[in-house]
Parts: sequence; C-alpha cells; structure tokens
Amino acid sequence: MAPDQIVFWVFAPVSVGSAVAMLFQRNAIHAALFLIVNFFTLAVFYLVLGAPFLFAVQIIVYAGAIMVLFLFVIMLLGVDREESLVERLRGQRPLAIVLGLGLAAEIFVTARASLGLARGPANFDETVNVGGNAQALSHVLFRDYFLPFEVTSILLIVAAIAAMVLAQRRERTTVEAAGEAEV
Amino acid sequence: MLEAAPEMDWLDWILLVARVVVVFFAVLISVMLLIWMERKVAADMQTRMGPMRAGPRGVLITLADGIKLFFKEGITPTLADRPVYLLAPVIAMIPAFLAFAVIPFGTGVTLFGRHVPFQIADLNVGILWVLAMGSLMVYGIVLAGWSSGSNYPLLGSIRSTAQMISYEVGMGLALVAVLMYSGSLQMSQIVASQDRVWNAIPQFPAFAIYLIAGLAETNRPPFDLPEAETELVAGYFTEYSGIKFAMFYLGEYVNLVVVSSIAVTLFLGGWRGPHPSFVAWLWPLLWFIAKVVAVVYLYIWVRLTLPRIRYDRLMSFGWKFLIPIGLLWVLATGAVVVLPDVYGKGALLTGALIVVGAILVASLLWPLIAPRRQSAGETPQ
Amino acid sequence: MIRLPLVLFFSAVLFSTGVYGVLARRNAVLVLMSIELMLNAVNVNLVAFSQFWHDITGQVFALFVIAVAAAEVGIGLAIVILIYRNRETINVDEVNLLKW
Repeated sequence: MAPDQIVFWVFAPVSVGSAVAMLFQRNAIHAALFLIVNFFTLAVFYLVLGAPFLFAVQIIVYAGAIMVLFLFVIMLLGVDREESLVERLRGQRPLAIVLGLGLAAEIFVTARASLGLARGPANFDETVNVGGNAQALSHVLFRDYFLPFEVTSILLIVAAIAAMVLAQRRERTTVEAAGEAEV
Repeated sequence: MLEAAPEMDWLDWILLVARVVVVFFAVLISVMLLIWMERKVAADMQTRMGPMRAGPRGVLITLADGIKLFFKEGITPTLADRPVYLLAPVIAMIPAFLAFAVIPFGTGVTLFGRHVPFQIADLNVGILWVLAMGSLMVYGIVLAGWSSGSNYPLLGSIRSTAQMISYEVGMGLALVAVLMYSGSLQMSQIVASQDRVWNAIPQFPAFAIYLIAGLAETNRPPFDLPEAETELVAGYFTEYSGIKFAMFYLGEYVNLVVVSSIAVTLFLGGWRGPHPSFVAWLWPLLWFIAKVVAVVYLYIWVRLTLPRIRYDRLMSFGWKFLIPIGLLWVLATGAVVVLPDVYGKGALLTGALIVVGAILVASLLWPLIAPRRQSAGETPQ
Repeated sequence: MIRLPLVLFFSAVLFSTGVYGVLARRNAVLVLMSIELMLNAVNVNLVAFSQFWHDITGQVFALFVIAVAAAEVGIGLAIVILIYRNRETINVDEVNLLKW
C-alpha cells in the first residue's frame, strides 16, 4: 500500500469513531474534545490529499480558534452538566434507515460510475502544486476568486461586529449609571 | 504529499530519527539550563546568590527539582474529570515540542556522504505550522482548568482562553507581515532572505508585536494572568502536583524556548552570523544558541522589571492597540512589497513621503477636532 | 493515491453523523458542533475532488467554507449566549417562543 493509503486506513476509523463518540457524549466538553480529534484527522487527510495549506488552516482555524471558542462558551455558561440522550424524534429510525439506504445506493452508483473516470496515480504535487501548494492556491484565490475573497472578508467583519453586539450585556449601561450616581 | 517518501532509504530514516531524538534532548537540556539561568539572573538583579548547591554554581538545580517533583505524591481532586485531568498536562507539553520540527538550528553537516540539515522538516507551510502549534498550546491550560473541578483553575483557564486567542491574532499579524516581506512560508527561505539585513530592522513593529504577543502566549509575567497567584492561587494548575505539575512547568519553559527560537529565526537572521571557515557547521549553531539566549534574557528581564497588569487592561491592550497596529503594519508592508513592482522605485519614495506627510498633517490637525475631556473625574467611554 | 469513492463514502458517513447530531441533540452548543462536522465533511469532499480533477479550485472553496464557518460559529455562539442570558437554558426544545 502506498503511504497515503495507509494514512487513510489508519485515520478514517479514528475520524468516524470520534465523530460518533461526539454524538453520544453526555458531557459537552467531552463532546468538544472528540470533535477536536475529528478535526485533526481531517487535517491529516488534507495533507494526504495534497493540500498542506488547508492542513495548517484547519488546525489554526478549527482546532485553534473555533473549538477553543466552543470550550470557552461551554465553560462560561457552565452548561457542561449531563444531558439526557433519549431520542425524541418520532418515526426517526425507520426514516433514517430508508434515507441511509438511499444515500448508500447513491454513493455506490457514483462509485461505479467513477471507476471509469479514474485518473491514475498522476502526482498532484507535480501537476497542480507547482512551486508549492500555498503559491498555487494564492494564484487561483487572488485572480479568479478575488471578489468572493473580499466579500468573505466583509462577512467576517460583519460577523465579528454582530457577535459583539449580540453578546453585549444590555443591563450594563444601567449598572454603570447607578455606579456613577453613587459617585 | 508525503514528499520525501520515494527516495528515502534506511540511512535517511536513521538520520531523521536521530535528528528528532537529538532535538528532543537538546530541548530538554536547554530548558534545564534556562530555568537555572532565569533563577540566576533573577537572583543577580535582586542582589541574591540564587541556587548554589546542586552542581557547580547550582547548574543542576532543575534536575534536583525535577527529581523531587517526580517522587511527590500525585493528587487527583474528588471533583476532577479524571481522563481530561490526566490528559491536560500532556497536551500542554506536546505542541511546544512539535513546534521545534520546523526551526532551522544551523546550516547542516555532511555525514556518510549526505547533507544532514539541522532541521527536522523543512515544511512548505513552516510558519503556519508554528502558528498552528501555538494555537494548540491553549488546550492544555483550558482543559487543566476545567477538569480540576474547582473554581480558581476554572477562572484561570477562562482568562487564558480569552488572552491567548486575543494575542494569537496579534502574533499572526506580525507573522503575516514577515512572510509578506520574505515572500515565503518556508522557514529556510525566510532565513535565506535575511542574508543582507535581519528582518528585525525593516520589520521592527512586527518584531515588537511578536515579542509582546509571545509574552502573552507563554503566560509569562507581566501577562501571567491565568496563574496570577495574588488573585487565583496558582491559576489553572492549582490542583496539580508531582509529575503532572512538572509537565506544566516543563511545557511552559519549552514554550518560552519555542517563542524565542521563532523570534530568532524570523526576525534576527536565524543561524546567520559572521564566522571563520574552519568547522563551518558549528558556528551557525553557536550563533543560533547565542541569539536565543539573548531573547530569553530579554524575556527574563521584562519579567523581573514589570509588574503584572490588570486583566481588562491586558485585553484592551491586545484588541485596541496591538491588533490595529498589526493591521496597519501589514498594510504598510504590503504597500512596500507590491508598489515597487507596479510603479517602480521612485514612486515608492513619493508614496512614502505622501503617507508620512499625511500622518504629520493629521497629527497637527487632530487636537482641533478631537473631543475634549470635560473633567478629570469622568471615565472615558 | 486514495480512491475517490472511498473518500466520498467516508465524508458521507461524517456528514450523516453531523445530521443526526443536529436533529437529535438538544444542547444548542452540541447542535452547532454537529453543523461544524457537516461543514467539514463537505470540505473533505471538496479537497478530494480537487485532487481527483487536478484542479485547485476545490481547495479554494474549502478555504471559503472554513472562513464562513468561522463567521457562523461567532454569530451562533453569540446567539447561544444571548438565549442563555434570557431564558437560563440552551436546550433547543425549550426555546420555542416562535412556536404556537
């Protein structure tokens, strides 16, 4: 087996296992930890799939920022007490089985169809990642997708401001007014 | 992607493993010496003797402390979340060691007819790897604080989360400026681009931002709010003892060495320095070590000089000062890097003069339009 | 080289896990985390297709997805904090003011 296949077969079970384990954790912090493990395995997949830049971004953004934010909120709100896992969705199981079978069939058909499309073991690093993955990515990102890139940056700013406005304490002004009145 | 796979034979693998082992132990020894150095420098600045007994001039004091901690009883609090509680010290330590994988310690040496670089892996995305490992260091602290099942550690870990995420942004901006200026994400290329002048000179604001953010990332005084003893007993590791405490301690100092090494690699020319031509592989290594020691000394000096700052001031300094300056500096670096390509060098000078002039005019006009403070007692909003 | 169908199957499993989490968990933070899982499954697909077609556009889109996910988490968690502040709970079944 090629090294990337070994990596896949080692990390895919870990990844699926951690995702499923996340669902069945009663404790929110434990669930978040399993999700972090999952994100790491996905980062390794990106490395194997010829996207080292995304590997780094995945760790920095997901593992380093987003999940820390989740942990922060869970700890801040103190909502890490146990949660019951009894299912409440009516008729969920039969529906899930039917839909799951449909999805499996669809993937099977896709897989059959894609067998003829196999591109062979041509090296991704030599065809696309010329001069480095980050460079290749930046050429496409800043030429063909420049407008979406800028729009995304606006979206991020709007989101940051919105988060600040939403999470701001409303009663703070009255408390401060009271404090100033005392002074 | 697993790039080196095809051509590597058994000798390459042995050399790789040897490099990993050597770096690991070199880091451990450097931490040992670093703790000794910190205590000695502190003692010197406070006109004390410092540790004197273990080894010549107390060099082995860290070893003695380590042995003591190793044989102490490890206590797990009743309310602790056991698996996470045991995992947290390990998580605090590992990313710090991993960050060393991309740092070039020297040029390299020829062994058995092959070139062996003094670097474990010259990743294409080296600088991002460093950022990634830096962002993972927060987990050890957060999980330690939460899993202890006690209030002071929890407060410490909530503080450290907010602090480290905030200062990571500033640090990231400083690194972005450097990689724009050097034109590469690869550590070896960044060192190579500093053959004329160290990045610390043209990139001085980025250097300053990096050093300050590094102070916050390593939780060192004056930014050691997560473990402020006057407020939080010992912060996130209040409930830890014995070998688990030692791991936190070790991780913290490894982290300091990492931050200093990265500062040296990115801003102070890495292993570059004038050297005689005999034993050519040794001198870069010595230069690197000397520079790291200098940066570490700076950090120790800052620690011993400045008092701990208040938590809200820490946060507002990070968000309202460090990050805006970092953004402006990234903008300026971008202009310096790109504009000469587009308009030629003369236009750059003109542009720089216009910008400087605009800033001067703005600073002259600012008092006219600035809102006046009405009274001294009013708190500014 | 990893066969494309394998990766697709893998990411489908992850995506389904995320869907189940969104539907079945009642802790709002867990629901958000499951959404992240779904977005990541999509990203794996994008990167895998990118490698399959030797076209880096897929990676660019994965990058956009990550950026949008960061914005989404920021807003989502702010809303969760707001709900907690107003209702003292983040159980999504109890947040039913708009239901009648």
